[in-house]
Amino acid sequence: MRAAPNVAVMADSSIEAPWLSPSSRLWKMRCLEAATVGSLVALVAGAATGQKGAIPGLLSAAVALGITGLALWFLRRRFRSWSYQERDEDLVVRRGVAFRRLSVVPYGRMQIVDVTAGPVERLFKLSTIKLHTAAAASDARIPGLEPVEAARLREQLASLGETKAAGL
Amino acid sequence: MLLIALVVSAGSHGHADNSARVYDLIAVVVVGVAGVVHWLVTKWALDGVTLRIESGLLRRDARQLPVARIQAVDVVRPFLARMFGLAELRIRLAGSSAANGRLAYLSDPVATDLRARLLAVHHGVDPATPEPAHQAVAKVPTGRLIGSVLLSGGIVFIPLVIAVVVLVQVSSTAAVVVGSVFLTYGIGFVQDVWHRISTQYGFTVAEAPDGIHISRGLLGTVAETIPIHRVQAVRLVEPLFWRLFRWCRLEVDVAGAVGREAGGGRSATSTKALLPVGSPEVARRLIATVIPYPQPQLSRPPPSARLKAPLSFHFLEAGHNDVLATAVTGRVRRTTTWVPLVKAQSLRRIEGPLQRRFGLATVHLDAAGKRVRAEFRDRSLEQADSLMVELASLSRSARQEEQRSRNLPSPGVAWDRPATSPTGAVAGGTAPAGWYGDPGGRHDVRYWDGVHWTAHIRDQGVAGTDSC
Repeated sequence: MRAAPNVAVMADSSIEAPWLSPSSRLWKMRCLEAATVGSLVALVAGAATGQKGAIPGLLSAAVALGITGLALWFLRRRFRSWSYQERDEDLVVRRGVAFRRLSVVPYGRMQIVDVTAGPVERLFKLSTIKLHTAAAASDARIPGLEPVEAARLREQLASLGETKAAGL
Repeated sequence: MLLIALVVSAGSHGHADNSARVYDLIAVVVVGVAGVVHWLVTKWALDGVTLRIESGLLRRDARQLPVARIQAVDVVRPFLARMFGLAELRIRLAGSSAANGRLAYLSDPVATDLRARLLAVHHGVDPATPEPAHQAVAKVPTGRLIGSVLLSGGIVFIPLVIAVVVLVQVSSTAAVVVGSVFLTYGIGFVQDVWHRISTQYGFTVAEAPDGIHISRGLLGTVAETIPIHRVQAVRLVEPLFWRLFRWCRLEVDVAGAVGREAGGGRSATSTKALLPVGSPEVARRLIATVIPYPQPQLSRPPPSARLKAPLSFHFLEAGHNDVLATAVTGRVRRTTTWVPLVKAQSLRRIEGPLQRRFGLATVHLDAAGKRVRAEFRDRSLEQADSLMVELASLSRSARQEEQRSRNLPSPGVAWDRPATSPTGAVAGGTAPAGWYGDPGGRHDVRYWDGVHWTAHIRDQGVAGTDSC
């Protein structure tokens, strides 16, 4: 598998900007989510098929847990695929395992910077930042940011958006 | 207004009993009186550089529309108003769409005259100057319009009709079921056809100094202007059956409002047909007007893309130069999109699992709007990577160039000249340099250098600076 094909190309236009990634707590959050859903499904499946005997019940529970394990492996890869880079003129966000996406959003084109934190995210003290431009398709979203980093990024993006603003 | 009431009540309730007729008459009279009151309390005045519109009986709404910021003046004539020779003016300003002005209803000659005067004042010439003549580009013949509308949706009816005919002979229950589905679908289809024909009837495109001028409509008519610098992207659509007749449709995406100025709200863009159906030659001429850039050289994706996209590979093409990106996609609906790099909002590179097998990636250049983008589909990985770098830097420099030219004074273009001058006269640049009353009203006086207002101000004899 080709690892991160565009890093080299992106790097030579601005060497100093490092690639940053979401907090490792995002991975813990994903683990908790997957484990909760997976164990619930295993419980229900086990209880439903367990009426026909112990072996089918255990078997279906094991299958459900196995699927959860597979999901965790996929989530791990997806978690590791997130990264972002603040270049001089634009923000670059990279994500995705099956569909690899790379978004470049110029600071001058940002209209709104959204910082949101859902109930589970709040439990882990994380938040998601999302940039909106006039184009509905430009989807620069970074999940699982630590509060300090989210605040810094928001301030940074807001001030850069102000100074580099361009009309339609 | 009384006439309308009589006409409506007599026309629609010829067979109704008396009490129902009285209630309907009352309703019609109330609506009519409300309309008359609204019309009575709406006042407007054009004093040099602002158009004032006051309306509302209980909630007074007074608007000052600075003529210098006018983007376009549209003349709309709904069906009833048109019957009485009335017209509505819609004045679109640069900036938020919430600040737009609406003036309903003026008599036809007054509306036309006011539109000409507004545009003359906006361009800094004598208000009495008549509107420059439009140069007609194309008029859509009615037969072609109806044909194109039927061809784009009506084709599905042929197998359906055959199916119904066959079923009637085989089984009557099945015929009823299929027939009712057919009927529901048919009603929706007729509505859609009627809507498209009535709004696009008599579609005329003309080139005017302030943009592309469009007039259209069967019952109610609309005359609108699309300012060229508001155009975000242009699309040429050639559906399968239209290609038999060499027909195509030209659409533009126009920025409605600049979000930042509208208090952080998101921008609205609307898609408008520049040519609902027409020949490629006319379309090409309109494209050259709307996008005054040299056309880029198009290139095809690598041969490995033939395996990934066996059907659409036939049409896939894309290319860019310093100012413009063009992409062709689609097999059934061949779509060509032009996005000026100045208007690029973001850049995306997508590599799907199937594409990775063949060493391909797609690059999207997004423009403002819902699904507005030039799609460099299925390019080789190296090309996609270099496109990402090139397009990012080219659109950045295009943006910077535009910003520079916007800040520079442009004395040659009447368009950009301030409509206000110290003397209050309309034409800019005529008054000699000196101290005059601050046009913004924040300070006592402001220095006018003969061409522009400067940042130098004076309050009660104390000098200072404050940009205007």
